Amino acid sequence: MSKKYDAGVKEYRDTYWTPDYVPLDSDLLACFKCTGQEGVPKEEVAAAVAAESSTGTWSTVWSELLTDLDFYKGRCYRIEDVPGDKEAFYAFIAYPLDLFEEGSITNVLTSLVGNVFGFKALRHLRLEDIRFPLAFIKTCGGPPNGIQVERDRMSKYGRPLLGCTIKPKLGLSGKNYGRVVYECLRGGLDFTKDDENINSQPFQRWQNRFEFVAEAVKLSEQETGERKGHYLNCTANTPEEMYERAEFAKELNQPIIMHDYITGGFTANTGLAKWCRKNGMLLHIHRAMHAVIDRHPKHGIHFRVLAKCLRLSGGDQLHTGTVVGKLEGDRQTTLGYIDQLRESFVPEDRTRGNFFDQDWGSMPGVFAVASGGIHVWHMPALVSIFGDDSVLQFGGGTHGHPWGSAAGAAANRVALEACVKARNAGREIEREGRDILQEAAKHSPELAIALETWKEIKFEFDTVDKLDVA
Amino acid sequence: MPFKSTVGDYQTVATLETFGFLPPFTQDEIYDQIAYIIAQGWSPVVEHVHPSRSMAIYWSYWKLPFFGEKDLGVIVNELEACHRAYPDHHVRLVGYDAYTQSQGACFVVFEAR
Repeated sequence: MSKKYDAGVKEYRDTYWTPDYVPLDSDLLACFKCTGQEGVPKEEVAAAVAAESSTGTWSTVWSELLTDLDFYKGRCYRIEDVPGDKEAFYAFIAYPLDLFEEGSITNVLTSLVGNVFGFKALRHLRLEDIRFPLAFIKTCGGPPNGIQVERDRMSKYGRPLLGCTIKPKLGLSGKNYGRVVYECLRGGLDFTKDDENINSQPFQRWQNRFEFVAEAVKLSEQETGERKGHYLNCTANTPEEMYERAEFAKELNQPIIMHDYITGGFTANTGLAKWCRKNGMLLHIHRAMHAVIDRHPKHGIHFRVLAKCLRLSGGDQLHTGTVVGKLEGDRQTTLGYIDQLRESFVPEDRTRGNFFDQDWGSMPGVFAVASGGIHVWHMPALVSIFGDDSVLQFGGGTHGHPWGSAAGAAANRVALEACVKARNAGREIEREGRDILQEAAKHSPELAIALETWKEIKFEFDTVDKLDVA
Repeated sequence: MPFKSTVGDYQTVATLETFGFLPPFTQDEIYDQIAYIIAQGWSPVVEHVHPSRSMAIYWSYWKLPFFGEKDLGVIVNELEACHRAYPDHHVRLVGYDAYTQSQGACFVVFEAR
């Protein structure tokens, strides 16, 4: 039945609030935490979010009648209170699959977190979670290699991997920088990492860095008999430049490169991930700028959404915070989103902040990277929280060793292996952590000194963004 | 005044990946790790290689993977038999995880003599 054109302004809820709607398996579902302006009913706010993030605009328009908007519109199908918060509420919105271009995270985000976030009827808006339908997931490239392939390429099994960011983060010449890489790798780390700030500055142009780093990787492999790698940062000012750096890393036979996916952007990231799949290159992903977007509890995008988006866009390792170090992140929330990176199915679990069942199908997993203000004393907790499919990265906790980076690296490797061995033998490593580390230090002067050096350092501040649980 | 320095010299060591930085395991410590592999439901595999090829992706299998083997003693005997047959080879134990098609555990039990 065709409808009549009725110009004017309708309330959003007449069209976009559909509490009887049962979401389809193929719908993309989103959960927003909404804080409306005073006096605006919840249903109207929620419907406005659904409308403005899908087909709607503020006024009725004649051209709507050329299509079947009921087929294309986003719908708010449920509203829930936020425990412990009188102002905010959760709005659950279902979007039909056809609203999104295949394989395009850029397109999904442009719709879901586009204009709607500036909408005047809202005081705050936060995208808490997205349930990606399997039909969409199958159109995404995802991690170029995934956890299993990365382990096989690097010959690392049965334990978390160990990494370290090269410090100082700015100002070293290429050759001095390569020296620090060499020291860390010969000391027992699996990977070293370009600091995210390192691109191609006047003190160290990228070619120069890549060449010296390649030499450090080669030498350390020859001398230790183990596989080594350094995340060569290919983040650049243009895609062309980014690919040129990636190609040179490949020419130098390097196993892994790196990209900053939020500052670089999802389009660049997805492109680079495709290049990595094609060229047999591992891809490490940094997340600079994430805290601008994800830290405020009422506004922005939760990191679990950014993590899911990265798994779809593509990356083999992603930074997730440490729980125990210097950067924000509580334990349950972190466990919730590292599941989203690594598992093939993640059930709804509000105690971990997961609002939906998420089926990842055959999408490969992403290593969780714990980095930032961690040292050997944290090792038992890190192994326990993150498990084997993680990369534990100690920057200051490696270079700050009184004997230098190689000894710092060895201390971390001994501590890691002692914890894994104890865990496998059935010991409770978090409770017995002190004993495990001290026993291991009897055979390792490097570890004994590291334990002494960092014994007083703690990072115990309250988390700003807490889970809202009843 | 005699020369005294608090800085030690870290010498690079050649290691064989996981557990390479720990002292050699005792008999009981090896049992613990085998028990862990079995408890995870992984298939134990014994592999060996001449030290000159230790970085190779594939080491030689000793017989076949011990699919479904739950007896710790059997695995210990196989490890020792492999070591006796190839005393100049490294011998490692792998826990093969069929679900992830990866190795849940992999460590060298006997280094080449």
